[in-house]
Amino acid sequence: MTTLTDPPRESFRLSMLLNDTRYRALTFQAIALLALIVAFAYLGRNLMTNLAEAGLNISFGFLGAPAGYDINQTLVEYNSQSTNARAALVGILNTLLVSFLGCITATVLGVFAGVLRLSNNWLVSKLMSVYVEIFRNIPVLIWIIIIFTIMTAVMPGARSYLGEDPENSLLLGMFAFTNRGIYIPAPVWGPGSGVVVAVFLASIAATIAYRRYTTKLLYSTGQMLPRGWPSLLILFVPAIIVFFIMGQPIGLDLPDPLANRFNLRGGLQIGAPLIALWFALSIYTGAFIAENVRAGILAVSKGQTEAASALGLRPNRVMNLVVLPQALRVIIPPLISQYLNITKNSSLAIAVGYADITATLGGITLNQTGRAIECVLLLMLFYLTISLSISAIMNVYNKAVSLKER
Amino acid sequence: MKNTAFFGALTVATLAAGAAAASTLEDVQARGKLNCGVSTGLVGFAAPDANGEWQGFDVDVCRAVAAAVLNDPTAVEFVPTTGKTRFTALASGEIDMLARNTTWTFSRDADLKFEFVGVNYYDGQGFMVPKDLGVSSAKELDGATVCIQTGTTTELNLADFFRSNNISYEPVPIETNAEAQQQYLAGACDVYTTDASGLAATRATFEDPSAHVLLPEIISKEPLGPLVRHGDNEWGDLVRWTLNALISAEELGITSANIGELSAGTNNPEVNRILGTEGALGEMLGLDAEWAKRAIEAGGNYGEIFAVNIGEATPIGLARGLNAQWTEGGLLYSPPFR
Repeated sequence: MTTLTDPPRESFRLSMLLNDTRYRALTFQAIALLALIVAFAYLGRNLMTNLAEAGLNISFGFLGAPAGYDINQTLVEYNSQSTNARAALVGILNTLLVSFLGCITATVLGVFAGVLRLSNNWLVSKLMSVYVEIFRNIPVLIWIIIIFTIMTAVMPGARSYLGEDPENSLLLGMFAFTNRGIYIPAPVWGPGSGVVVAVFLASIAATIAYRRYTTKLLYSTGQMLPRGWPSLLILFVPAIIVFFIMGQPIGLDLPDPLANRFNLRGGLQIGAPLIALWFALSIYTGAFIAENVRAGILAVSKGQTEAASALGLRPNRVMNLVVLPQALRVIIPPLISQYLNITKNSSLAIAVGYADITATLGGITLNQTGRAIECVLLLMLFYLTISLSISAIMNVYNKAVSLKER
Repeated sequence: MKNTAFFGALTVATLAAGAAAASTLEDVQARGKLNCGVSTGLVGFAAPDANGEWQGFDVDVCRAVAAAVLNDPTAVEFVPTTGKTRFTALASGEIDMLARNTTWTFSRDADLKFEFVGVNYYDGQGFMVPKDLGVSSAKELDGATVCIQTGTTTELNLADFFRSNNISYEPVPIETNAEAQQQYLAGACDVYTTDASGLAATRATFEDPSAHVLLPEIISKEPLGPLVRHGDNEWGDLVRWTLNALISAEELGITSANIGELSAGTNNPEVNRILGTEGALGEMLGLDAEWAKRAIEAGGNYGEIFAVNIGEATPIGLARGLNAQWTEGGLLYSPPFR
């Protein structure tokens, strides 16, 4: 007769936390976590007691108080009696504006430079190497200041455009390039302009639909319809017709040299600080993106290019249809961090007097209210939120273009 | 700047306890150097000369304090601060005192927890414009682009002035006086506004000062003075009475020329008390008897410091005006040494 006994059940002993490899890792992690919590609690408590000792407190009440200062570029209604929270909002929008513009131009620049750096043309590829190496290896703050200084020193003063008989006249009667910024005509939305805009938006949708249709037709039947001029036709003709039918509801507000003795009035002013910051961030980050693009292209196996050429595709088609789509998979992840860099580097705006969030909330508001800890906490929260949002969005796009394995 | 503020805040958090333990006076004596916050460069008030030596009206206040405390007017570590970084630097203990043409206001005193020890220059905010603009009053500045040092009271006064006169302007916020000067000369702004004394000092450095005019409007009261942290009253007293000693010295006719002679003893008991030959005022401050004598010897009395750095004989050419002694129609009035 055999009796089957269960193997003795191993009971948990305290010493196993150290001696048993199954538990040891967990033990050390728990200890590390505990130490971290204690350290932060100590720092936090120290901060609170010291603040209390100095008679200071943490309070966000200042956000509701009038800011008292003016800002030179505001995308929303703002005056010196608006609250500090409003001033922060103005700063946030300015940060987002310059980051958005910077991301777009840096990407365009970067892709161009990256592709051209691999060009067979010796001169072009060397020029691009020079661009990349120069801009990548000089700090962006220096570029911002250089560009701003050159702008203010080289461009004509605003006053040279003013008066009955100015030194400089407006380009086409519409554009002025001064050391305080560029003035362009601003659209004036009259009654009925909504219809024109709606028609234009519908035209954009129709253009996209038409291009999809031609692609589909090409793939299913091999018939190739022209794409260039019909697209342009669909895009502009209906909107122009409606514009005249509605009695030209959209007018232009031109910069007026006679309205004021100091500055041009009217039109849309793109301030010199915005231009300098935008341009500097674009060319600086563009150089990094160029390297990402080059790396991405080199990562596509040469066989792909050769196969495409063997099929009779021309070099630019090989690039657009075969190489770049595959290279994107390599390019996108580092591109995300370049976008984050642009957003974070835009905090250097104060060097040229651009009113971003660091300049308003983290600069003037902080100084005038003396609420350093609160302002810096809010700044950290803002940059964290915006950076995580950008990477979330770009990760979604990355998923969409990444290699789908079946 | 974000970093400066952040680390400043952190150091407030971590160092405040340490600062409370030892008094500022003991810290300074142990260190053998006075850390004095000054401007990043405003000729006449605080700027390094060709040899890298800091010179100026505010600098001499620092030197006087160093002479009183450390018996050496050169034992000063000058810390250049911008309008934005100065308060964090003082609150965190990075500097022992701030002498950087800083306006005494209610909220800086009560909310930021600083102690203004007195006024060494009564100032007001003015405007400078190029002469060829033909502007004769600040009220004609509608639509102008204005350069302004960010983080200062002038920024708020400017907004109030244009708002109350119902005219518009475009601000160009700038970090330091040097940058503002460059922007103004390049024509990136039509007007530069800051304290009238600062405007005069800035204009003096221009290639052609006569091509620029100061407008007659003075739109604010700007009492400028040295300040220390709340919470160390002994140190505050020391800086306050050093400044008062300089002012009283001028009133009582003590100059760097005759101070040796006077400290042998005079018939005026107040002079004797200041110079330490009578009474024990120095002891009450925790110093020796000759503290004020050394302070005055460092750069002369208030009038001498004024004349050498910013007076009418200098390129800056400021008249005494409000900054004359009360006996001569000015506002300078030191409490008695008793």
